[in-house]
Amino acid sequence: MCIGIPGQIVALHEQYRDRAWAEVCGMRREINIALVSEGDPQRLIGCWVLIHVGFALSRLDEQEAQETLAALHAMEEVEADVAMFLNAGETR
Amino acid sequence: MNHSKQQSSQQVITMAHGSGGRAMQQMIERMFLAAFDNPWLGEREDGARLALAELSQQGDRLAFTTDSYVIDPIFFPGGNIGKLAVCGTANDLAVSGATPAYLSCGFILEEGLPLDDLQAIVHAMAQTARAAGIAIVTGDTKVVQRGAADKIFINTSGLGAIPTAVNWAAKNVRPGDRLIVSGTLGDHGATILNLREQLGMDLGTESDCAVLAPLLAPLRALPGVHAVRDATRGGVNAILHEFAEASGCGMVIEEGALPVKPAVRGICELLGLEPLNFANEGKVVLAVTAEAEQRVLEILRAHPLGVDAATIGEVTSTPEICLRGLLGVSRQLMLPHAEPLPRIC
Amino acid sequence: MRFVDEFRDPQLAKTLLERLHQRARQLPFSAEKPMQIMEVCGGHTHAIFKFGLDKLLPPQLEFIHGPGCPVCVLPMGRIDACCEIAAHPEVIFCTFGDALRVPGKRGSLLQARERGADVRVVYSPLDALTLARENPQRQVVFFALGFETTMPVTAVTLQQARRENLTNFTIFCQHISLMPTLRSLLQQDDVRIDAFLAPGHVSMIIGTAPYAFINHDFGKPLVISGFEPLDLLQSVLLLVEQVCDASCKTENQYRRIVPEQGNLLAQQAMREVFQLAGDSEWRGLGLIEESGIALTADYASFDAERRFAPQAQSVVDDPRARCGDVLTGRCKPHQCPLFGSGCTPHNAFGALMVSSEGACAAWYQYRHREEAPQPQRAAG
Repeated sequence: MCIGIPGQIVALHEQYRDRAWAEVCGMRREINIALVSEGDPQRLIGCWVLIHVGFALSRLDEQEAQETLAALHAMEEVEADVAMFLNAGETR
Repeated sequence: MNHSKQQSSQQVITMAHGSGGRAMQQMIERMFLAAFDNPWLGEREDGARLALAELSQQGDRLAFTTDSYVIDPIFFPGGNIGKLAVCGTANDLAVSGATPAYLSCGFILEEGLPLDDLQAIVHAMAQTARAAGIAIVTGDTKVVQRGAADKIFINTSGLGAIPTAVNWAAKNVRPGDRLIVSGTLGDHGATILNLREQLGMDLGTESDCAVLAPLLAPLRALPGVHAVRDATRGGVNAILHEFAEASGCGMVIEEGALPVKPAVRGICELLGLEPLNFANEGKVVLAVTAEAEQRVLEILRAHPLGVDAATIGEVTSTPEICLRGLLGVSRQLMLPHAEPLPRIC
Repeated sequence: MRFVDEFRDPQLAKTLLERLHQRARQLPFSAEKPMQIMEVCGGHTHAIFKFGLDKLLPPQLEFIHGPGCPVCVLPMGRIDACCEIAAHPEVIFCTFGDALRVPGKRGSLLQARERGADVRVVYSPLDALTLARENPQRQVVFFALGFETTMPVTAVTLQQARRENLTNFTIFCQHISLMPTLRSLLQQDDVRIDAFLAPGHVSMIIGTAPYAFINHDFGKPLVISGFEPLDLLQSVLLLVEQVCDASCKTENQYRRIVPEQGNLLAQQAMREVFQLAGDSEWRGLGLIEESGIALTADYASFDAERRFAPQAQSVVDDPRARCGDVLTGRCKPHQCPLFGSGCTPHNAFGALMVSSEGACAAWYQYRHREEAPQPQRAAG
């Protein structure tokens, strides 16, 4: 069972420790944060999490996300260089 | 809940309201006739008598349509079943090119329906019709026992004249035509799904239920408009299939060109649904020639109901409806067998 | 949509594909005998079809859609048991949308609803719990389906039910563990799988270590993949590079979401509420050892089967149906004799056609016009 969407925690529930409000595409829903809150839930505010059936099941590591994309962008440049190199070779 | 409380009471519809006796007469006078108030209704005859001459001046054909409204929930952000009953039928007239003029309205009320709810629904109908220049000229009321209907069912039939020069029909769709939607997909469907299935999303959107005649009227003078349909149940997907079926053509739709509000996109991603299949209530799909495309978009975007109008694809001669995805790969767009359900997998 | 759209960038996809096409030429595989990459997750299947990734792959590579849809491996008899429970007038039977139309021998939950059962689609088991609280005179039963992604969610829900001493809430436990399923798959003789794409969301719960046996015992490389097109393409590239390097390990492409140790809180919740309970029958896969999931003693009172004792159902598949072969990659959907005739999405024989992620439904929806059945060609 797989559908999980990244959402950002925007507020904690006033009453219940294990609940919070997450925003996905400007849309808010109450989610359960029991499985991602170790320690002070306040620290979750502003964090991105993976949401599946109303639960936050993992914290999204923004650094890793950036690194993955950076690696792909770097590959893009290499491919472009390789293409240019190969083309230059062919026209000679 | 989106209704005005004119009298805060616990009064409900009873079988007496449908019996033809005093209770029914009073309800008709105080609620329906007062709200819909127009000369034809005012005559209090069994049916409305409409002058042909007036209609003949406006066109050479009469558009005549009917629809029944059984939506649940009956109140939703952006409207209620009454508003829907006026908009839906008015739009079926408008997409034929007609000027919606007259509506009939038949109510089937479930015993136990709060009178306040009925009042709010009737008020919305009157308001919507009046704003659109439509007269509700005749009607009928029946009451059934508790359980025999789901709160309230409404049937509306509508009449309007089609100007002589206008010929909008699905069978006129031709290869090379551009496919345009008048705005964002799925607002109504997402709103209703969220409410009905109690998904608990705070969507911030509401149903796009609206009378589209003013949006479409300027298009009547434009050559190159082949077909117009309003995308209701079944979404834009259903309309594309209707165009294809009637004309024998196919189409290529660009997935990246579909206009979708962020919240509706979010609900689709979250539940594994496609905005093409979601119901709309204030949106049309048009097939227009390539030459007419820019002008049609300009006209639509100039109106508040059409600000997000966009070209989503093109009609082809190969009889297959394809969706070209974000990475350029096409897949066949099929009609779902039944209403798509939220999925977690 | 942040953290989604960036991973759908068509330009970067093009880059990845160029690199893939280049590397694939160095593989000991060809278009006639391609490298078979199995993905075992409905979310992956869906993304592959939606973005057309299978059409963009170089000819030396091929996707096989494995048994990663918990709905697809569901024995039909279990649906019959659910319908029987749902037919009790005091029961509110709650299910995810995925399961509503799956046919049992005597119909689906949707058909049970049409016959008067109170069957409701919920987005989350917590919604079912709310129903139980709000309807103390009714019995609420939640159809607990899914691999390890969803198990901790059911677990937390039950922990909450127990704390609140709810006596009118039970679950029909149909959770399955992924590893026994994968092991069983790999132990079959004629299955030809060269590499695995592991489900990113199951992995965010269980971590990366459980996959090691696939490398050590079966010699297959594995990459844990996210769900967007760039994730899948990058993961395929990592697999190809492993094969080119003759290495065989578990790699984590979905590092932004999957921590190496998984979600410890989730694992703890699962240990408290669930236990492995012997062998279990799975549609298309037969009997899988140590694959059944049951409630622990502390939570036994929340077991709907204990409370309602539905009749045990054993349903034998139509012998012509090749659900099992499709599930294990032995044949493609259109090679099943029932495909497109006796079995369509409108009239599904089996769960692979009912579930929108089922390999057959996906194939039907996206590919069937292009690949007409070829009865003369050798199957497999």
